[in-house]
Amino acid sequence: MMRISAARIALYVISALVLVYLILPVLIIAPISFSSARFLTFPPPSFSTRWYQQYFTNPAWMQATRVTLTVALFTVVIATPCGVAAAYAISQSKLRIMRVVHMTLLLPLVVPIIITAVGIFFVYAKVGLVATLPGLVLANVMLGLPYVVISVLAGLQSFDPAQEMVARSLGMNRLRSFFAVTLPQIKSSVIAGGIFAFISAMDETIVALFISGGQYQPLTKRMFTALRDEIDPTIAAISTLMTAASFLLVLLATTRQGRKAG
Amino acid sequence: MTVSDPSQKHQRREHWLMLALVSPALLVILLLIVLPVGWLAWQSIYHDGFTLENYRRVFTEDIYWRSFALTFEISLAVTLIALLLGYPVAYLANSVPKGWSILILSLVVLPFWTSVLVRAYAWLALLQRSGVINQFLRYFDVISEPLALVHNSFGTVVATVHILLPFMVLPLYATMQKIPGDLMQAGASLGASPSLTFFRVFLPLSLPGVLAGCTMVFVLCLGFYITPELLGGGRTVMVSMLVSRNVELYNQFGAASAVAVVLLVSVLAIFFVVSRFISLDRVLGQK
Repeated sequence: MMRISAARIALYVISALVLVYLILPVLIIAPISFSSARFLTFPPPSFSTRWYQQYFTNPAWMQATRVTLTVALFTVVIATPCGVAAAYAISQSKLRIMRVVHMTLLLPLVVPIIITAVGIFFVYAKVGLVATLPGLVLANVMLGLPYVVISVLAGLQSFDPAQEMVARSLGMNRLRSFFAVTLPQIKSSVIAGGIFAFISAMDETIVALFISGGQYQPLTKRMFTALRDEIDPTIAAISTLMTAASFLLVLLATTRQGRKAG
Repeated sequence: MTVSDPSQKHQRREHWLMLALVSPALLVILLLIVLPVGWLAWQSIYHDGFTLENYRRVFTEDIYWRSFALTFEISLAVTLIALLLGYPVAYLANSVPKGWSILILSLVVLPFWTSVLVRAYAWLALLQRSGVINQFLRYFDVISEPLALVHNSFGTVVATVHILLPFMVLPLYATMQKIPGDLMQAGASLGASPSLTFFRVFLPLSLPGVLAGCTMVFVLCLGFYITPELLGGGRTVMVSMLVSRNVELYNQFGAASAVAVVLLVSVLAIFFVVSRFISLDRVLGQK
């Protein structure tokens, strides 16, 4: 009996340590961002919002923030309908080729992102899309599509296509029956997919490193450059805001999914 | 296909409609990932005529060899550490009441939704010479000189495991969930000790999850860029950094492409081999 509980205690202790390891870096940024010290000191000397002021008053950071938000919004607006249409067709069609299409749409998750980034850079260099807003949006649409497709396909799994048939047999056309019958039932997974595409675009760094430039540099690219040079606590402030935004969005996405399940 | 009209013409229209619906998404993927990767492959063998010079360099020159070897070593280390850390957590999440397992899994995926860049910054803040951990240890007189925890392979591995751990825990947990609890009870009722039932019954049944998690972590680690670049201190040159340096610093597009192609082929080969044993959907986390 003693040995069981010893093993059990070891399991609890190890798991607790691993969870601390997972959470600590996420939690450490906020106190740094509110510290008055120029350099990291532990414990932080005093509370201050100077790094937030520095972020909100710096035109370069503000321009980068505008780029990030614009790119993320356009990404959602384009990737969501494309992804929903594709997921719908993949789940409804009996064509053999749809399996191949499905796998192809998941390619962005399989190909190492550094390879995608360099490849896009070469193609963009040929067609003049480097350092442009459309170029950045298109790349992020590609990276966000798998999230929409996966989320919507999961939503469609519990949807009975016979319902749409009924609506159509009652005289609704295809499009109307989709919007009136199907879409309301998969709404939460569509929204969740869109939110994940937004977060993916907001956090995307590697492709932006290669293809963005000039005035169209997103936050992550500027942060990366700043991090290579020196550790500026302004980045802690930006990181805290980005993390808070991500968590709020994920919470929004998952509570929606939860409601559907319940 | 349709209830109202089973005629062939109707079915053909249905097929075209479905193909039209997937075409925008498919076009984006083809133009922005298939075409660019194809371009890389072409560029790696063609420069004013066909040449294998780039591949000769990748396979014979020391700097490339060392980088590939180092990348595989680090990926292997990261995968093993992630397995050792992830298995107990997944096991615990699987063996506690529902509310607790939801809490544990939420804590596991929480960092997943924080930008990789933000987490690299956090690890810099924690591990650097004047960082939180060194200051903490000196505050309590554990050490007199700050430890070199970052700008080396150690920092890279610590931060990379942190980022990839969720990809290990989730497939492990999903597999453990499917192991029937009464199998363990059967083992116990037949007189086997808990450790014996664990090693003879539970562990073998969880191996598909181990394989899925290890594959995902290993493959993702092979292509890691941001973390080694920021935490490796320039000495830990992983393959991804080789690609980016050849593009940004040396304008060696052919060499960069060849390195990228070798990396991609390695990744696809791993996926192919693993798919002989378990369904790839499992690896990609779609169950």
